[in-house]
Amino acid sequence: MVLKTDAGSANLASDIEQLEKHNIIVTTLEKIWNWGRARSFWPLSYGCNCCPIEMMASGAARFDIARYGYEVFRASPRQADLLIVAGPITLKMAPVVKRIYEQMPSPKWVVAMGNCATSGGPFRDGYSILPGADALFKVDMYVPGCPPRPEALFHGLLELKKKVERGEY
Amino acid sequence: METIFIDIAEFLTSWMVGLGLAPLWADLIITILQWAVIVLIITVNTIVLVWMERKVSGFIQERIGPNRLGPFGAFQTIADTLKLLTKEDIVPARADKLIFKTAPMFFIIVSVMLYAVLPLGNNMAVVNLNVGLFYFISLGSLSTICLLMAGWGSNNKWSLVGAMRSVAQMISYEIPLAFSLLGVVMIAGSLNLSDIVTAQNRLWFIILQPVAFIVYFIAATAELNRGPFDMPEAEQELTAGAYTEYTGMRWALFFLAEYTNLVAVSALAATLFFGGGQGPLLPSWLWIIIKTYLIMLVFMWMKWTFPRIRMDHLLSFSWKVLIPVSLANILVTGAGLELFRWMGW
Repeated sequence: MVLKTDAGSANLASDIEQLEKHNIIVTTLEKIWNWGRARSFWPLSYGCNCCPIEMMASGAARFDIARYGYEVFRASPRQADLLIVAGPITLKMAPVVKRIYEQMPSPKWVVAMGNCATSGGPFRDGYSILPGADALFKVDMYVPGCPPRPEALFHGLLELKKKVERGEY
Repeated sequence: METIFIDIAEFLTSWMVGLGLAPLWADLIITILQWAVIVLIITVNTIVLVWMERKVSGFIQERIGPNRLGPFGAFQTIADTLKLLTKEDIVPARADKLIFKTAPMFFIIVSVMLYAVLPLGNNMAVVNLNVGLFYFISLGSLSTICLLMAGWGSNNKWSLVGAMRSVAQMISYEIPLAFSLLGVVMIAGSLNLSDIVTAQNRLWFIILQPVAFIVYFIAATAELNRGPFDMPEAEQELTAGAYTEYTGMRWALFFLAEYTNLVAVSALAATLFFGGGQGPLLPSWLWIIIKTYLIMLVFMWMKWTFPRIRMDHLLSFSWKVLIPVSLANILVTGAGLELFRWMGW
């Protein structure tokens, strides 16, 4: 019997109880997988103008996202684990982003970088902007800022790493 | 130290014969064991190479590269492998499923088969084939078909364009690759890789055939689809080229095969131009590992230094520069050989 990874944590606990009744303990393997997943987010980037500049800076020499092993930016959603939404999502773009998200293989995560992706930011009341990326899909980590500095993005990624390691996704 | 692996193989054979097994079966088991060891080395080596590539790219771009996980980030690739193993396996609904699924398998099989003739030390080739070099070149060109299968099977326009580009590129660069090696074969007088190593007892062929080495190196870079010739997977234009639709381990198999090819091509360069396992003090198998790794470092150095060149420039560079140069190299080598024979060397 295999635990579904994307089941909620409450669901997970009851599943484990069920398994323990039959003297089956499934914990260590999942922990190893999560250890690996948490340390190797391969990002797929989506952005408009100012947040992506900070994202590029985080990949360059001064900040160097590669230290954490998160530098493998993939162009194809099929090989990515992490969607970094770094910009407002217009109504016209929304189905495209949604589709790209669905093309990514699970387990997958989403980081909303910047105020626009978190809540719509200054465009919140606009007629053509979604009020945040969580209107489309589950967002795992919000990084506030307009735009957030690379350190803030790293902080968000490392918090996401802790979350994935605990299996809360 | 020199014959440690051969001794182990002989000990195992005699032990199995001692147990009452027919010598034929014992030999068969040893051959299978040799292949198992080669596959193991390839896999572990790839983990090291990916880490090395990331460190080298970091060094060249004035970054640090992976350094959080283990000493100097050495366990980074292990985390990546664990993650890739558990990713969802997506096969697109409209894909040609049989071709889509078999393409990565064929790619890795072809890459592993290259190692059959490589002498990884004195008397350490799995098969001591008398047309070894010919076998190597013909198998190397088979990987084109695997890329074409991947591109066609995915039923994706990026994949197909990437695959077509790789076919055009590989056909163009196959010719200078083979021609550049002809000079070496003419001097050594043999297609057997072990004989070519023996022929370099006095002088390495890099000194006699510098032009051939440069042509081989450039053509091999194109054959490997590595930067600056990585047109088939040009990310900015083609998403990921022929690999666009592949997820998780299927994609990782392609990646594994590419690094396997890289090692094979570098080991061939070390064998043909740098005297194979020859060198002072250290055993021959260690020398060939050192030389192979140094050549791979140069490949990485090139990849992270030069920008990608345009597709039409790439093809015209092969047809207008590399092929005439390699043909001229054959002519000069033949004339030189005849001249030296006439002078009585």
